[in-house]
Amino acid sequence: MTYLGEGYTLRSWLSTHDHKRIALLFAISITAFFFIGGAAAAFMRLELATPAGDLVSDDTYNRLFTAHGVIMVWLFLIPSIPNVLGNFLVPMMIGARDLAFPRLNLASWYVYMAGGILVLGALISGGVDTGWTFYTPFSTMFSDSHVVLTLAGVFVLGVSSIMSGLNFIVTVHTLRAPGMTWFRLPLFVWAIYATSIILVLATPVLGMTLTLVAIERVLGVGIFDPALGGDPLLFQHLFWFYSHPAVYIMLLPAMGVASEIIPCFARKRIFSYRFMAYAIIAIAALGFLVWGHHMFVSGQSAYASIVFSLLSFLVAIPSAVKVFNWTATLYKGRITLSAPMLYAWGFVGLFTIGGITGLYLASLALDVHLTDTYFVIAHFHYIMVGGSVMAYLGGIHFWWPKATGRLYPEMWARVSAVLVFVGFNLTFFPQYLLGYQGMPRRYHAYPAEFTLLNVFSSCGAAVLAIGYLLPLVYLTWSLLRGAAAGDNPWRATGLEWQTPSPPPKHNFEDTPVVEAGPYEYEGART
Amino acid sequence: MSAGIAGQFRSRAAEADAARFGLWIFLATEVLFFGPLFMGYVYGRMHLGDAFAAASRHTDVTIGTLNTAVLLTSSFTMAMAAEARRAGARAARGLLAATALLGCAFLALKGFEYHAEWREHLVPGASFAFDAAHARGAEIFYYLYFAMTGVHAVHLTVGIAIVIGFAVRFDRANAGHVEIAGLYWHFVDAIWIFLYPMLYLVGRAG
Repeated sequence: MTYLGEGYTLRSWLSTHDHKRIALLFAISITAFFFIGGAAAAFMRLELATPAGDLVSDDTYNRLFTAHGVIMVWLFLIPSIPNVLGNFLVPMMIGARDLAFPRLNLASWYVYMAGGILVLGALISGGVDTGWTFYTPFSTMFSDSHVVLTLAGVFVLGVSSIMSGLNFIVTVHTLRAPGMTWFRLPLFVWAIYATSIILVLATPVLGMTLTLVAIERVLGVGIFDPALGGDPLLFQHLFWFYSHPAVYIMLLPAMGVASEIIPCFARKRIFSYRFMAYAIIAIAALGFLVWGHHMFVSGQSAYASIVFSLLSFLVAIPSAVKVFNWTATLYKGRITLSAPMLYAWGFVGLFTIGGITGLYLASLALDVHLTDTYFVIAHFHYIMVGGSVMAYLGGIHFWWPKATGRLYPEMWARVSAVLVFVGFNLTFFPQYLLGYQGMPRRYHAYPAEFTLLNVFSSCGAAVLAIGYLLPLVYLTWSLLRGAAAGDNPWRATGLEWQTPSPPPKHNFEDTPVVEAGPYEYEGART
Repeated sequence: MSAGIAGQFRSRAAEADAARFGLWIFLATEVLFFGPLFMGYVYGRMHLGDAFAAASRHTDVTIGTLNTAVLLTSSFTMAMAAEARRAGARAARGLLAATALLGCAFLALKGFEYHAEWREHLVPGASFAFDAAHARGAEIFYYLYFAMTGVHAVHLTVGIAIVIGFAVRFDRANAGHVEIAGLYWHFVDAIWIFLYPMLYLVGRAG
């Protein structure tokens, strides 16, 4: 009796406490939001295919990029890997029967949906034009759009984030199987654990900050508007105190996924496991100390900028530790270029490019030129899309046989991975050049000399869209017609592979006893 | 909640540990939830120090002090209730009731205080009135005052509801439940212990 066979009614799904079913609920809703956010991006790239602002008005364009940002950040990227893969895998990887608080887990999905509906309501009724950052005083005084409704939606989504994060932390602390010590945890669990710490510590700050923005907008009293004696920089500090760590909420789980996939398809133990775990924690900790690098030209003191610049450079160290260790894991491995491995390689390469351009932006003098240009757009899309989305898709492919018990067509999956990689680079690499030449972000029209690169970028977006839509087709096909996968099609280590596919309701017939570390692969070629 | 332990835990003790740990994490998020208000206060003290001091002298220090005593006493009764419940003493029920009553007393006093401030035009907004030299900063002070004490009062109301619930359904509340409610109650108390000097005492010093 698998977890899918426990009940076939809608009610059995909507009232389930099973972490695996909740993961699937999240997967379905997150996928829907992803394509809504992607549609907004498609309209933007269409508009930018020509220099003139001829498809949508400037005001509509503002609402488009805000919709894209709000949906992709809070409704897709932040919950994607933690709530889909994390929910499904964390209990299985540590040998537990479920998360510590199953009902809280289900509540987290309902709260997420409530937040999503609020945000969608704001979009349907006309949208928001503040950008996803809600900068004051524009958002409190001047914007003529549904700011408060969107803020309410984001606040509610934050509550869902906190619920999930709390659940993961308690689960990892209390429900590890006998013998599963901290340094036998798979790196994916380490990543989700560190991410959860960020979730519970950073999200409340955003919640209160957005509440204050809403109060200021509705009642006309507050601490952010200079006209009221307040300080808009205070808002930026509070906002980025959450939103910079939020980038690591998106990225750390992606690193965890890559750390599971790469050893499996290189048939080698992960290189320097302990440092990989330390690097995750280090990135999570440093993530809290660098928010000021979003504010180099905002008017904060030069000394603050210098310190934030230096601290931002420090993030490169643990990030580089991870990249070099993935590379070293591949060295002399017996490599299979399967679809998940292609995604993982794409992740490592794109994350490296995104990270190094992050250093450009962390340099004070360079940032004065590059800030608010397409260079920034390219940089964070390399991190969030080239990093997080690639890893998310890789993880979906890697654990698909485990979740469904069926295989997908390998050839099509590889085609899709390559299309995503090529389309992504074609979309966003030209944006580095555009930004370097000085094309500002958030404009719906541009001078004619930027046309060629923008056309490249728009063509790339079309390729990227095909790459994203393909998995919908063949994974649906796989659900209906896919060959039976067996318990462990990749011959991977890890507790989640030592139970049937799909797993039974409580994951394991008998609680497993762990006697060895993770990634016990047979080793390198001699 | 079923009478047995949830399937994912190995023992009742493990379940209680997880619940306690979960609440501690929740309290950490709560501290950070108040964070932006404290940051706003820091900003005000740095940039609008005189106005903040002047505005602080307009708060009702008598009610504030009385309320601090009430809340500290309620924390005492709450701790006693948790201790009594662990020992299996019936006194726990009365102590829970006393805790809830003290919580309600706090809210009632706070209500009087709010009403007086409303009458004195100290509520930020169109009708806010303060001597002209400090009006802008004082308005920010009172904005933060109402935001902090308001969020605190909401938390206290939730706490009172939980404690009343345990007092009424006493047979359903085991020692672990009461202890966790106590943790939350002490957190609300601890927040107030920060708010009291920040809002009531700072302007009166020196």
